[in-house]
Amino acid sequence: MNSANLRGIYTLFAKEIWRFMKVFVQTILTPVVTALLYLLVFGQALEGNVEVYKGVTYSAFLIPGLMMMSIIQNAFANSSSSLIQSKMMGNLVFVLLSPISSLGFFIAFTAAAVVRGVLVALAVYLVAILFVDLPLEAGWAVLVFAVLGSATLGVLGLIAGVWAEKFDQLAGFQNFFILPLSFLSGVFYSIHSLPGIWQTVSQFNPFFYLIDGFRYGFFGQSDAEPMLSLGVTLVFLFGLSAVALLMLHKGYKIRE
Amino acid sequence: MSTAVSIRGVHKHFGELHALNGVSLDVPQGSFFGLLGPNGAGKSTLINIMSGLMKADAGTVSVMGHDVAGAYREARHALGVVPQELVYDPFFTVREVLRLQSGYFGHGPENQPWIDELIETLSLADKADANLHDLSGGMKRRVLIAQALVHKPDVVVLDEPTAGVDVELRQALWQFTRRLHADGRTIVLTTHYLEEAEALCEEIAILNRGQVVAQESKTALLARCPYRILRLTLAQSDYRLPESLQALVTEAEGNCLSLRLHKTDHHMGDVFKALQTAGIEVTDLRTEESGLEEVFLDLTTDQPAETARS
Repeated sequence: MNSANLRGIYTLFAKEIWRFMKVFVQTILTPVVTALLYLLVFGQALEGNVEVYKGVTYSAFLIPGLMMMSIIQNAFANSSSSLIQSKMMGNLVFVLLSPISSLGFFIAFTAAAVVRGVLVALAVYLVAILFVDLPLEAGWAVLVFAVLGSATLGVLGLIAGVWAEKFDQLAGFQNFFILPLSFLSGVFYSIHSLPGIWQTVSQFNPFFYLIDGFRYGFFGQSDAEPMLSLGVTLVFLFGLSAVALLMLHKGYKIRE
Repeated sequence: MSTAVSIRGVHKHFGELHALNGVSLDVPQGSFFGLLGPNGAGKSTLINIMSGLMKADAGTVSVMGHDVAGAYREARHALGVVPQELVYDPFFTVREVLRLQSGYFGHGPENQPWIDELIETLSLADKADANLHDLSGGMKRRVLIAQALVHKPDVVVLDEPTAGVDVELRQALWQFTRRLHADGRTIVLTTHYLEEAEALCEEIAILNRGQVVAQESKTALLARCPYRILRLTLAQSDYRLPESLQALVTEAEGNCLSLRLHKTDHHMGDVFKALQTAGIEVTDLRTEESGLEEVFLDLTTDQPAETARS
């Protein structure tokens, strides 16, 4: 018996991917279409009227924001909805009866959320660049922030999925926390265009650093220093991971 | 005989409720063990603690020598649990869930022949590629059993496996669990059907209000009830029973008469002598030993068995 049960962790990871791929219209196609609709509506309405960064069209500016917003929402939805469904249906018991550790459980769910987040973002990117010229100045930043953003929201989804006892609570978490924070993080604008107080408030929104760092990867310019964005993102990810691992280790609401 | 499951001083509270109050018991290796008790006695809580689905407030549980908290990986490898509820994952087919469950336990393609064997043995071959959502309750129950066995555990826990299943499936499940036991596995069965426990189990523990009120062999447990029933068919239906026998009557209808005899206090010879003296002719007779139900009632109700049964 392999004490780390790597195959067990891999199986849970693969199962989570398999699960969302079985309903890919809902989990991949729909968010891509939604992001492209935002691009169509806002891009058409504001193109030529707004220039956020010098030499960057508004549509081009919008695409990384929409990609990160898709990452935020889909990575969160992946772990949270899988967990709440498994809890409500009772089939979480099959994983809990297995020798997969808390850490293994955490890794499998987070990694699957990363795959979904990155897949949706990649699909938005591939369709969007058919219509809009989009530079790629620092590919490392695009990759790093895509993965870290997906992981962060995957972990947050795990926390919400473990905590929530019914779909309603999860919907509340999603609609009153995730959605406002992602909309108010600079998807559609630069925080420099906001009045002073809102600029300050935005700097306390961790999603702002995800979007800003990600956007830096495309344009080589951003509202905050990319290293600051990376630092804040890592602190946020590690903080949430510590909470999630503690919850899983204690068996909070799943092994009580 | 070595111990498959050892439970020592387990306590569990749910708010004010003391669900398990210092439970200690041993399940011998290779035994067919019945865990009985009325609703709310703590059976499912104990099984949940044994399988790691719940944490005990105090006490220890080990499976095949592995502590379920400290050495949970080894303990879970040694244990297969068939849950009471018909739970399933609606995203997958029968074959897919078995492959996934096998993978969770660290098994790869080398376990495929065993998965195929389980599918065959549990008569799931026709439905192997059907989504679980589309299966009947009985088929879902079979899949649960296959999932519990997919990693070849030494100890198999069946939590109310025959609750709500039809007679045919119940017989099939009995046959299958007997086969598992014959293969050398330790079986722990919880059931509401006492006849099921009486037919299958060698060793029985009875839980009541979170405490073990009995743990012994089925034979010893049955011997706890010192009564037997004597069922008589008489030649006539208008008879006058001697006074000495009237207190022993449990049923009297037409020419059929049932008497409840204490195994040591009431001698069969005395009964027949009294009948003969009263001029009552017996045309047929049979005796029935007291069943688990009487012992169970005696141990789990505040009233004595005689009162509880009437």
